[in-house]
Amino acid sequence: MAEQIVLNWTDPNSVRKVVKVQAPREVAWQVFTEQMGTWWPLAVYKIGKANAVDAIIEPRVGGRWYERGDDGSTCDWGRVLVWEPNSRLVLSWDINAEFQYDPALQTEIEVRFIAEEDGSTRVELEHRRLDRYGDRRDEMRTIFDKTGDWGQLLASFAQRAETSAKAAE
Amino acid sequence: MISAERALDALGDRTRRRVFARLRNRTCSAGELAQGMGVTRSAVSQHLQVLKAAGLVVVSADGTRRLYQVDRRGVDALRRWLDGFWDETLGAFKEAAERAAAKARRS
Repeated sequence: MAEQIVLNWTDPNSVRKVVKVQAPREVAWQVFTEQMGTWWPLAVYKIGKANAVDAIIEPRVGGRWYERGDDGSTCDWGRVLVWEPNSRLVLSWDINAEFQYDPALQTEIEVRFIAEEDGSTRVELEHRRLDRYGDRRDEMRTIFDKTGDWGQLLASFAQRAETSAKAAE
Repeated sequence: MISAERALDALGDRTRRRVFARLRNRTCSAGELAQGMGVTRSAVSQHLQVLKAAGLVVVSADGTRRLYQVDRRGVDALRRWLDGFWDETLGAFKEAAERAAAKARRS
């Protein structure tokens, strides 16, 4: 797991992450926006039926954000809401709790690229408006965030196991 | 994508966890799985149905035999639930950006 700074953040409608990247801001921006298909975990985080081979952000406000499958098909993920090269990007993430595209969902992902004095870049990401998941907000927030606390995780697993055991009786 | 919640629910049953664990490194039929488990073949078949519905196993046909194996998608969903979507994704981004920066420095 990459070095990441964990923030004490408890807004139930938002997940915040910060990562320090040993790369100039322009390179970080370029890799994030132009080469997303080279690093996005496409084997796991994709929604189409086909094997996803690329993730693309069209470089303008209103541009599509989508995956491309090995059969040429595309599946939208969201739209570009703010496009400020080398500095700030806001995307809508319109994938619902069933991992289907829903243009009405419109959760937001803001990514800020901040140049540090040592030549590295601090990349801050916030995934917000998770309230738009309605009663599945907490479930989705857990997926987007890191559970981190294994004790809590195991307790939650045990609780689920007990519930299923009771249901089976 | 497959729901981690369903996968967790499916694995909440001890026998079903054993069935799933036995499939970890191999592909086999319900009958083969039942051997040595102290569980009937039909019970194993029922557990396999639940695991399949949860996206944890896939079935393929070999002649008249139905063979079961682990479905990576369900395992990936569990991993996502455990690790956190953005931690994994940003970690991958960091590696790619640093590779690009190192390459630019060399050239």
